[in-house]
Amino acid sequence: MDNKILHSVTAIFHTPDDIIKAAKAVVKAGYKKFDVHTPYPVHGMDQAMKLKRSPLGYFAFALGVIGATLGLLLMYWTMTVDYPLNIGGKPTFPLPAFVPVTFEITVLLASVATVVSMIVIFFKFPNNSHPLHDTEYMKQVSSDKYGLTIEAADPNFDFEKVKDFLSKIGGTNVEAIYYDNDEINSKLTLLEPKFLTGLAVISVLVITITYFSLNKLMFMQPFNWMMDQQKITAMKVSTFFDDGFSMRLPVEGTVARGFKPYPYPDSVELASRVLVNPLEFSDVNLENGKRKYNTFCSPCHDYHGNGVARLNGQFPNPPSLHTDKVREWSDGHLYHIITVGQNTMPSYDKQLTQEEKWQVILYVRALQRALNAQEGDLQ
Amino acid sequence: MATDITHEVSVIEGKPTLKEIDATIIKPMDEMPNIKFYIAIGFTLTLLLIGVISLGMAFYRGLGLWGVNNPVGWGFAIINFVFWVGIGHAGTLISAILFLFRQKWRTGIARFAEGMTIFAVMTAGLFPLIHVGRPWLDGYLMPHPNQHNLWVNFTSPLLWDVFAVSTYFTVSFVFWYMGLVPDFATMRDRLKNSTIVSKVKKTIYSVLSLGWRFSNRHWSHYEMMYLVLAGFATPLVLSVHTIVSFDFAVSIVPGWHTTIFPPYFVAGAVFSGFAMVQNALIIIRKVFNMEHIVTLDTLEKMNKVIIVTGMMVGYAYGMEFFIAWYSGHEVESFAFLNRAFGPYTWAYWIMVSCNVIFPQFFWIKKLRRNIPFMFVVAVLVNVGMWFERFVITVTSLSRDYLPSSWAYYVPTIYDIGLLIGSFGFFFTLLLLFTRTMPVISIAEVKSVVAGSQPTRHKLGHHEEDEHNG
Repeated sequence: MDNKILHSVTAIFHTPDDIIKAAKAVVKAGYKKFDVHTPYPVHGMDQAMKLKRSPLGYFAFALGVIGATLGLLLMYWTMTVDYPLNIGGKPTFPLPAFVPVTFEITVLLASVATVVSMIVIFFKFPNNSHPLHDTEYMKQVSSDKYGLTIEAADPNFDFEKVKDFLSKIGGTNVEAIYYDNDEINSKLTLLEPKFLTGLAVISVLVITITYFSLNKLMFMQPFNWMMDQQKITAMKVSTFFDDGFSMRLPVEGTVARGFKPYPYPDSVELASRVLVNPLEFSDVNLENGKRKYNTFCSPCHDYHGNGVARLNGQFPNPPSLHTDKVREWSDGHLYHIITVGQNTMPSYDKQLTQEEKWQVILYVRALQRALNAQEGDLQ
Repeated sequence: MATDITHEVSVIEGKPTLKEIDATIIKPMDEMPNIKFYIAIGFTLTLLLIGVISLGMAFYRGLGLWGVNNPVGWGFAIINFVFWVGIGHAGTLISAILFLFRQKWRTGIARFAEGMTIFAVMTAGLFPLIHVGRPWLDGYLMPHPNQHNLWVNFTSPLLWDVFAVSTYFTVSFVFWYMGLVPDFATMRDRLKNSTIVSKVKKTIYSVLSLGWRFSNRHWSHYEMMYLVLAGFATPLVLSVHTIVSFDFAVSIVPGWHTTIFPPYFVAGAVFSGFAMVQNALIIIRKVFNMEHIVTLDTLEKMNKVIIVTGMMVGYAYGMEFFIAWYSGHEVESFAFLNRAFGPYTWAYWIMVSCNVIFPQFFWIKKLRRNIPFMFVVAVLVNVGMWFERFVITVTSLSRDYLPSSWAYYVPTIYDIGLLIGSFGFFFTLLLLFTRTMPVISIAEVKSVVAGSQPTRHKLGHHEEDEHNG
């Protein structure tokens, strides 16, 4: 008994009135490290013990402000900065639409964090090794009695005096509570094998679960018959036809809708004589022609038709489009060259529709006119 | 008869000692369940099994098994979701709002109602996860960085739902657990380390009680925390059903696009929730001999709440019609006439009679205090409230814009199986709750028993003390 360390002296009281009176007496006697244990909060006890009002309300307010800020920031960053979505032409930072989620995050963070801070900071819980646990005293105050303890750590503590004092103010079952020596002497360290094993098992479990849920579970499909239907998709080999193609070639001589085959592939003279540009100079035609010219022609012919290629000599430079020879060629002649190709220039029949070819020609004419403007153009 | 108004009447009948309260409330956890319990849980598990089979079929074969069609794309899943979220609201109302109003009669029923909140929200939460159609993609409901660079749409009411319901569940759970901590400590200290079973139980209760030691220095913070949580939970519970109603009200479907929806939904939620709590408590107090803790007076007060919220709902029904006529909007008027006299007229009048007409019997005090009668009325209220969600969802969608695309919605056996399963899920959890945790808050009940507070408080100094701190 002697080598045990004293924690406190406890006394039991039987009515709420007694315990209030006792608490007042203890405060009056000047004890600071004392506590009252009651099975439920007794009204007026905080005043009797001269406790300050709990500051948890301010905690909750501060945490709520943090929650609101974080919630708004999350929505601002995801919807306005990282991936702005145009929803019906509305602003990408629609504050009214963010109100509900801001409110929810505020409440969530404020309430959960208030409770956690109460438990961890104010109570220093979980704490199941407090000396008061598993004592006769705790069994009584957790059910129907009211208890008062004066701790040995109090500066005015004197074992005999405190015992007398507690009996004098009406306490019964005055008892001394000691620390458990085994518990004090057992030093738990981080290198405890049991702890390390537990930690390892938990880490492996968490890693496995995380891996499977993020990499497997989210991509698992209970049924796939909507995705894998009985049809041949692109790049799949057909087992139905011998040649392996799932799509049949059209009959020889088939012409696509809206497409007219070029009638003069062999005769530039005929083409230049017969073909006439069906389009007129207009903003739409020039704009479209410019786009197609810049895409398909400008790599070799340059943006302005100067024949200064951007290909750095990897392909021979074509002659300028501003020479008299080219300017005097008819539209049909240019059409023939675009369709069939000329010298090293390949055919652009596949890249440009018939209309687009004429639009490009209009644009080339505009470029030519720009470098060889006539006096009348200024009027 | 002159009553002494300076003395508050105790909400607990008789004068049980604190030890008796412990014994009464903890009794279900101390002994093995009897045959009645096994029959009850066998029944609820059967219901749950029906739900699991319906759900498994829906997952395996696809949602084509459900009755939803075009234009009625929202069927039983959303109806059940709204219904179950609504059931949960009574718990928060009892535990938070009545706490703020210092209604002491709530102490006997608060814990149980909070438990129902949690289970109801869990049940409700299943439905959005199911009715997205591809439940394996549910992870994307929560914003998280992913390889698709895909974020959620924070301007969608359906996404607000995700946040509202998950916040509501978390906060209700924390509220509930914090209330349980002192009770776990009481249960921990009652056990003797004699048998293996009691040792295991003691370990569990010790862990759950976090080492609570009834210190008044802790109670002081604890009460402040409870006040703060109640303060947060009150606007939260209003926001949750408001946001649920936004799912409908923010759209432009005639019959949904009304500003009355948020208050109307909240009133309806409290209405149905109270009916459900009342039903369950009538059974619990009988089975566990808690008639003196959950008193007839308490049940009567709940019936008063039912009649008040029922009339709010009735007012909303009338006001919808008034606005439909007053707006002079042809489509709106049609939507409501169609609701009452169209192809779903049967559902509409079930709803009106169950929600508005039957609760009017509670004006009569004798009926209000008659337990079998109030039980039946509360059951009917829940039938009516389920049909309210059915009427809102289905009537508006089945005749929306183009008469050529109108269609009649008929639920299939899988829809009904899922509804049955949701009841099985909810009541199974509730039954397990009654066997594993105190269904009535021990500490709170003790604090309102006659003679449990210092005598001077009975002389009217209560207010003064409350604010001196």
